[in-house]
Amino acid sequence: MSKNYFQVIRAGINTTFQDEGRKNLYHVGIPFSGAMDKRNYLLSNKLVGNKINSPALEFAYQGPLLKYFGNKINIAITGDVNFRIKKKDITIDGNCYQSLNLEDGDEIDILSTNKSVYGYLAIGGQIDLKYQWSSCSTNTKAIIGANDGKKFENEQVINISQLNNHLVEKKLNYLNTKIENIRIIKGTNFDYFSDKGKKIFLEKEFIVSKLTDRMGMRLEGPKIENIIDTNIKSEGLIKGVIQVPADGNPIVMLSDHGTIGGYPKIGVVISADYDKLVQLSPGSKIKFKQVDLSSAENLFKLYDLETQNLISQIE
Amino acid sequence: MIKNILNLGDAALYCDFGKDVNREINTQVIRYFKSIQKENIASINNLSPSYNKLIISFDLKKTNFKDLKKLIENLNITNEDDLENKKIEVPVCCDENFALDIVRLENKLNLKREKIYENFFSKEFFCYMTGFIAGMPFLGDLSKNMRANRLETPRVRVPKGSVALTEQFANIYTFESPGGWNVIGNSPLRIFDSSKEESPNLINPGDIVLFKEISKNQYENFNE
Repeated sequence: MSKNYFQVIRAGINTTFQDEGRKNLYHVGIPFSGAMDKRNYLLSNKLVGNKINSPALEFAYQGPLLKYFGNKINIAITGDVNFRIKKKDITIDGNCYQSLNLEDGDEIDILSTNKSVYGYLAIGGQIDLKYQWSSCSTNTKAIIGANDGKKFENEQVINISQLNNHLVEKKLNYLNTKIENIRIIKGTNFDYFSDKGKKIFLEKEFIVSKLTDRMGMRLEGPKIENIIDTNIKSEGLIKGVIQVPADGNPIVMLSDHGTIGGYPKIGVVISADYDKLVQLSPGSKIKFKQVDLSSAENLFKLYDLETQNLISQIE
Repeated sequence: MIKNILNLGDAALYCDFGKDVNREINTQVIRYFKSIQKENIASINNLSPSYNKLIISFDLKKTNFKDLKKLIENLNITNEDDLENKKIEVPVCCDENFALDIVRLENKLNLKREKIYENFFSKEFFCYMTGFIAGMPFLGDLSKNMRANRLETPRVRVPKGSVALTEQFANIYTFESPGGWNVIGNSPLRIFDSSKEESPNLINPGDIVLFKEISKNQYENFNE
């Protein structure tokens, strides 16, 4: 056990280590993985002065309760997260997008991700983790990555091999905004669906179902009618693809998705809206809006610029 | 040859090689896949070859659909017969406890199990693609009298190692997973090994697979 470490008192519902994910392995059957909400992941690491692509703890709904042992350390939490810091004789409500220092014996209690799904905890330092294909991202389906490819468990330990020298407490003014519509581009099988089905897809509201995890998001709502074939010859998938199986309920592929699928693709969520999409919790309403390719590309440029602006505010 | 390149969302090229599923078309897909892989194009994040499609997903910060499409269209694709076609023997135990759907298949195909296994074990299979779950090979083709649909209600858990059939294809479940294919046996062979980063998959697109029947005893004492 190293000198500086966190003891996991409560693991939380779905806590894993994530970074930017794995590339060039779809053909093997291994998805991208990595942090679901890229921007919040990135900001958490920036706030504590970590290098790009450093591991962060990703948690969903209820996060972990961690007790820290060691020298003073800088941490930051991003997302829409309700958490507390317990010090020797005082408990304080934590603020997201603000790095802070922990001392020996302090606890972080991550109670909930308010009306969202994922939050991030970055630790200012280097964590000893298992890397596979240059990424520590835990993929629980393929059992690869940090923590032996498993979710966090109670009583485990997070060893920090080196602390960052920087212990500056930084603050960022940023509000996670919700968006009304998730913008999509028509999928390669858009014409498999009846005019009525297409209209439903682009105009009606859907509800995010409980059958939603890092692999995919299942939606419920009016059925989308297929008039050609409810199966296609199996082919590759990418994150953001919306498939509609025979039951007419759309499924959106998320970061840990199966790499091959045989259901018609009605649409694909644009890259600029992916971070917002993954934060929609079960029960949330979702409405799709169609845009063309060049708008999607411009919207991504804006998204990227906004991210860069936030980073420069920290630096 | 690629018939058409469409965009799949804003960060992927969807290369269409046609509608049919056969070795000839799939070999074309694999050639493109290998040729592009060799180029090490920094803006490409992932390549997904399948029966008759190749999806190229890319980093939208580094390129865009139009530019990458042009680049792919102008690539030199090797036309030589350079595909390896490695031959792999996969042991399968067909003990009743493993052959979860053999009775269903007997009824669906109107064949006795002895005949189903005889057909299955005498066939050479071609690996079209790998994926869905890590390392799972999609193998073809079963003869016409061996083709059955998926289960009406898929299993929530198909045991790891299950060897299963649907339509003209066979596959091997490299992990416990949900699935709807007709399970006829189980292989003790490790098909996916995440500790081998260079080549985690035992079976790769273009490879030839032969299944070999083993007894329960051989299964239990199987040693790689």
